[in-house]
Amino acid sequence: MSAAMDTESTYSGYSHYSGHSKKAHRQGRDRHKSPRSKDGSRSEKSVTIQTPPAEPLLGNDASRAEEGQDDNWGETTTAITGTSEHSISQEDIARISKDLEDSVGLDCKRYLGLTVAAVLGLLVFLTPIAFILLPQILWRDDLEPCGTVCEGLFISVAFKLLILLIGTWALFFRQPKADLPRVFVFRALLLVLIFLFVFSYWLFYGVRILDSKDTNYQGIVQYAVSLVDALLFIHYLAIVLLELRQLQPMFTVKVVRSTDGESRYYSLGHLSIQRAALVVLENYYRDFTVYNPALLTASKSRAAKHMAGLKVYNVDGPGNNASGQSRAMIAAAARRRDSSHNELYYEEADHERRVRKRRARLVVAVEEAFTHIKRLQAEEQQKAPGEMMDPREAAQAIFPSMARALQKYLRTTRQQQYHSMESILQHLSFCITNNMTPKAFLERYLNPGPTLQYDRERWFSKQWTLVSEEAVTSGLQDGVVFVLKCLDFSLVVNVKKIPFIKLSEEFIDPKSHKFVLRLQSETSV
Amino acid sequence: SYLISFSFQQRIEIHKLRQGDNLILGFSIGGGIDQDPTQNPFSEDKTDKGIYVTRVTGGGPAEVAGLQVGDKIMQVNGWDMTMVTHDQARKRLTKRNEEVVRLLVTRQSLQKAVQQSMMS
Repeated sequence: MSAAMDTESTYSGYSHYSGHSKKAHRQGRDRHKSPRSKDGSRSEKSVTIQTPPAEPLLGNDASRAEEGQDDNWGETTTAITGTSEHSISQEDIARISKDLEDSVGLDCKRYLGLTVAAVLGLLVFLTPIAFILLPQILWRDDLEPCGTVCEGLFISVAFKLLILLIGTWALFFRQPKADLPRVFVFRALLLVLIFLFVFSYWLFYGVRILDSKDTNYQGIVQYAVSLVDALLFIHYLAIVLLELRQLQPMFTVKVVRSTDGESRYYSLGHLSIQRAALVVLENYYRDFTVYNPALLTASKSRAAKHMAGLKVYNVDGPGNNASGQSRAMIAAAARRRDSSHNELYYEEADHERRVRKRRARLVVAVEEAFTHIKRLQAEEQQKAPGEMMDPREAAQAIFPSMARALQKYLRTTRQQQYHSMESILQHLSFCITNNMTPKAFLERYLNPGPTLQYDRERWFSKQWTLVSEEAVTSGLQDGVVFVLKCLDFSLVVNVKKIPFIKLSEEFIDPKSHKFVLRLQSETSV
Repeated sequence: SYLISFSFQQRIEIHKLRQGDNLILGFSIGGGIDQDPTQNPFSEDKTDKGIYVTRVTGGGPAEVAGLQVGDKIMQVNGWDMTMVTHDQARKRLTKRNEEVVRLLVTRQSLQKAVQQSMMS
């Protein structure tokens, strides 16, 4: 038993990977059943862990696969004993903390902002009506009678308020499409401006009209009309600040995905960093091909093999010069005559050929399958009632003939987890219904498409963090770099200003286009 | 030793050869004020619109008299040839009543300078 305990404690001291320590937990619970076999297997594991630090790249993948298969991870990882503190992997912690954050903090902020704006809006809208109605309510008898001009002003107030209402609804009451970390500076400024404005109007009204009980009703109505006019102008200001200013493109933004280097360029106007991040993310889902971790294993294994071949032995004694060691390793790696570039070249050429062959087989299979289906015209439908099928049945009928070729192709291009059989059948019946050719059906499978095309579960990128050295509400400048991180990869965004273009004019008279023949003759005399 | 480039003038007297009905001189000319001077391979200055000798037939009267390819013809029998059209130049060389033409030509020459003679 003590021997088992010893191996377990040394084991967890080395283990940084949840897979291994979770297995230890599971084995720890079942320890009383068959100790000898467990000891043997655990000691094997402790040997493999002592290989050089190249292992992390492979070990991580293995642990993630194990996480997927292990259904009762909740039970095993809550048993945190003194010996095995590393029982939760880094990803688990990140996911748990993110879930906690989401449910509490940000919703409060968003709803607070909305309620403040709504209350202020209601107040502002009711103010002109209050200005007009209060004298009628409070000192009706002293008021001068309302002539035609005054009643005309009532109509104008009513319509201007209606226009203001529609405009405010159009501009502000839109479905928020995103949750941004900080407040919009311009919106906050506008709210403050409106508040101050209405407050000063109320102040003036309270002092000069209510207190002194002014009897000139037309003047009061005109005051209310001037308020509504000024509100309409503030609405115009809001349109210009919030909508129009960012329409003119001022910056070109380069977005690069960190895992495979795919990059795109976008044009943006004067936006704050957080809003620019929002635009980039909206375009990411449409423009970038879907993130496929299966495509990155090749370069990872190359890197692992490169570092695995080198071991560092410290012969000088306990003085551990870490930087010296790493420099020695890099120098040795550079001098080593390895042929990994050769392997890469031949591997890629082979892969290319295999993909093309499979693709050819797939195209032929799909074309043949599509020839079996024929759309029935209306009069033919009465003639052959027994054999008719709806699109779904037709799809199911021709699917088996192309299933194998399609499955092999998806495996070769490592896309198989993005397309389930159900989704393929659905797409096939969709294509049959809409009279698409085999090529149109295959377009979805031959090339990886944008993230939006696939199931939400396959996205790998639903929660984003904005990492920026400047404040996220500050505007874009030339040279600003910020990073949009999600759990598996990140998008690095680099901002460049569109250069100032000096365009000058040159007028050429069409009559000035004249030509001569340039000869060089040679005459013999 | 190194090369010096300079030009010198030479007077050449060509006796025309009778071939059938024609009197020929045995060379070809190129250039003229109505031609494109940039296509002249023999001129130093590519804006030079003068008349140049572009070919000399072997064994003809011009070769015998010492005319060389690349010579610029400055005068023919006293007539100036530096500002004439191509056709005018041809006419001045092929006058039917003249049996002898006296040309003033300019020739570029590359000479190897003998360093020892300069040093000593």
